[in-house]
Amino acid sequence: MTDIFLNVQRVSKRFAEHTALDEVSIAVPRGRIFGLLGPNGAGKTTLIRIINRITAPDSGTVSFDGREFMPDDVQRIGYLPEERGLYKKMKVGEQAIYLAQLKGLSRSEAEKRLRAWFEKFEILPWWNKKLEELSKGMQQKVQFIITVLHAPQLLIFDEPFSGFDPVNAERLKREILELRDKGHTVIFSTHNMASVEEVCDEIALINHGRVVLSGDVSEVKDRFRTGVYELVCTSSAIESTPEKFEVIAREERGHLWRYLLHKFDAMSNSELIAMLARNNEIRTFNEQMPTMNEIFIRTVEANNATLNQ
Amino acid sequence: MKKTLIIIRREFLNRVSKKSFIILTVLMPFIMAALIFVPLLLSQIKDDNQKQVVVIDKTGEYMPLFKSDKYYAFVEDTDIRPEYKTSDSPVEAVVCITGNLVENPRAVTIYSHSEVKQELLSLVERTLNDAVRSQKLRAYNVPELDKIISDVQKEFSISTVKWDKEGGETSSNTGIAIAAGFIFTFLIYGFVMAYGGMVMSSVVEEKANRIVELMVSSVKPFQLMMGKIVGIALVGFAQLLIWGIMLTAILAVCGLVFGVNIMQGAEMNVAGAAAMQQPMPELSESQEIVTALANLPYGELCLMFVLYFVGGYLLYASFFAAVGASVNEQEDSSQFMMPVVMLMVFGLYAAMYSIENTNGPLAFWASMFPLTSPIVMMIRIPFNVPLWEELLSLAILYGTAILFVWVSAKIYRVGILMYGKKPSIKEMIKWMRYQ
Repeated sequence: MTDIFLNVQRVSKRFAEHTALDEVSIAVPRGRIFGLLGPNGAGKTTLIRIINRITAPDSGTVSFDGREFMPDDVQRIGYLPEERGLYKKMKVGEQAIYLAQLKGLSRSEAEKRLRAWFEKFEILPWWNKKLEELSKGMQQKVQFIITVLHAPQLLIFDEPFSGFDPVNAERLKREILELRDKGHTVIFSTHNMASVEEVCDEIALINHGRVVLSGDVSEVKDRFRTGVYELVCTSSAIESTPEKFEVIAREERGHLWRYLLHKFDAMSNSELIAMLARNNEIRTFNEQMPTMNEIFIRTVEANNATLNQ
Repeated sequence: MKKTLIIIRREFLNRVSKKSFIILTVLMPFIMAALIFVPLLLSQIKDDNQKQVVVIDKTGEYMPLFKSDKYYAFVEDTDIRPEYKTSDSPVEAVVCITGNLVENPRAVTIYSHSEVKQELLSLVERTLNDAVRSQKLRAYNVPELDKIISDVQKEFSISTVKWDKEGGETSSNTGIAIAAGFIFTFLIYGFVMAYGGMVMSSVVEEKANRIVELMVSSVKPFQLMMGKIVGIALVGFAQLLIWGIMLTAILAVCGLVFGVNIMQGAEMNVAGAAAMQQPMPELSESQEIVTALANLPYGELCLMFVLYFVGGYLLYASFFAAVGASVNEQEDSSQFMMPVVMLMVFGLYAAMYSIENTNGPLAFWASMFPLTSPIVMMIRIPFNVPLWEELLSLAILYGTAILFVWVSAKIYRVGILMYGKKPSIKEMIKWMRYQ
């Protein structure tokens, strides 16, 4: 039984014209990174706002750290909104301390921690600068620090990498993984599927206000196995074998041959390799796993198709 | 509550540490003091500068009537000399009377290099008019005419006396009461507009900055709204307090420098109070003003000012906060601002017309209606408003203010997270029902 830190159960939220969330349930395990995925307008922001206690659900329950969700729990949540924003005319250090105080830190404690973070990111000279004097990337760094400053148990990052250059995005990714390893629970919302594969342990995919796919990342990928394999070997004579596999494509590459095979379910990978290895020298044998991007597109399109019927 | 205090602290400190605030707050008392003292100073300069006016009186009847005073020295002559016509002549003007004015009213002319000063013109007119009038009267041969004329011409002035609750007499001065009422009325109007507007632009800024999403993930929207409203109100009070202290200090210093002794007021006050025991019609005009000033209900004025300021500000500021939360840009707010500004300007006009009859129906109803009462009531207080009216008006004001805060909080809560098109009033009403 996994330790569920945040449990959202059958939460619904309706606005005047549309239903933003329809009986959505997600379970975020403690100390893991949970990817909250979905196309634009799927209801992710509404769900995140409910988790932040910015809006209240019409129905359904949220439990936090194994008990009922309480108003003061917001102090144990750190939120990096997709639409970044801080006071432009306020000095960076003062601003971060102010926002940390609103999360329940004392002034002196906030100052101490902020100093440590600024040293870690090597940005101490920014302390007394006004926010508007910083570049956009610098502002993003400040906002990240503000999100994590009060060391919240639950961190919510909405598109955290947007606006970062590749070097800083990598740096940020390491920070997020480090936070997870320290025991923080992370909800990670993004459209960047490559980063989902790199970072997330679990995902939930929301479409039109409903969870259409969820689970452990590798387990989800397993579900979407296509049974297609890439084979590179020395033989040109591999042919489809009834009830075992069929050859989808074949091409010559110098003195080697590259095949795409489709394996039937009855056969295991090991049996297939054994069968192929009998008469061939295998250079590459590679199951074609679907990317999260493909899974995302296939799931959303399939879901939209059923909804349109 | 603790978080609200943190927000109040930031809203307050952030504003009072702004350069523009400091400059305005420090300079304003000097400007106000200058408005009071510069005319005073200028009038003193004029004293030293007696101007020469030549009178050429062909009839010889009128010259003795022109009495030199500290502004003009009248000199007799027989003809317009060429040197009077030169532009560097020390003579300000030449009054030339060529014939009897009873027979020929046009027989007088004033020559001058520049435009003849209005005060000189009216002085000459008055002097000659009096002479002509008594000359004409004399033509009717009324016995003891001179006595009658001097009797008729005796000047009089009305002194106003107000009865207090016990029927005792207190000296009052309508002009002073109007001035005091107006100062407080304009203070309330100005502060509610300026600081209410500040609340709105601050809300719009937070929304446009998108920081509001981060804020409401830490604090309740109501805490954010109230923190802002209270913080900005404190800025207003701080400014008023600084102005009050500085203005008093500056006036005291200027008073010493220019010889206008403010302490004199206090002494006269004592004398005035003694004079109150038996009616003393000989009370000089300046003494009367001082007594009237001293008799203004200061305690009541200040208490009421604070109460109406807080109530009116709360009412308008919460409305402004709701408007700020509903729009996306400052410019969009005008459609909501128009009716509010019109109401406040109406209040100001109602206050002005209320002066004519401070207990009339317009004054009464406008000082009960909560959207105008803070403005109108302030002008009535120096004229002794019945206590029940004050209490009723305050009760209505605070009741409405609390209602406005409640409604605004509901609109604010939803509005700050709504982006995109400008909402209609209908949509805003719908927001109030959101969970």
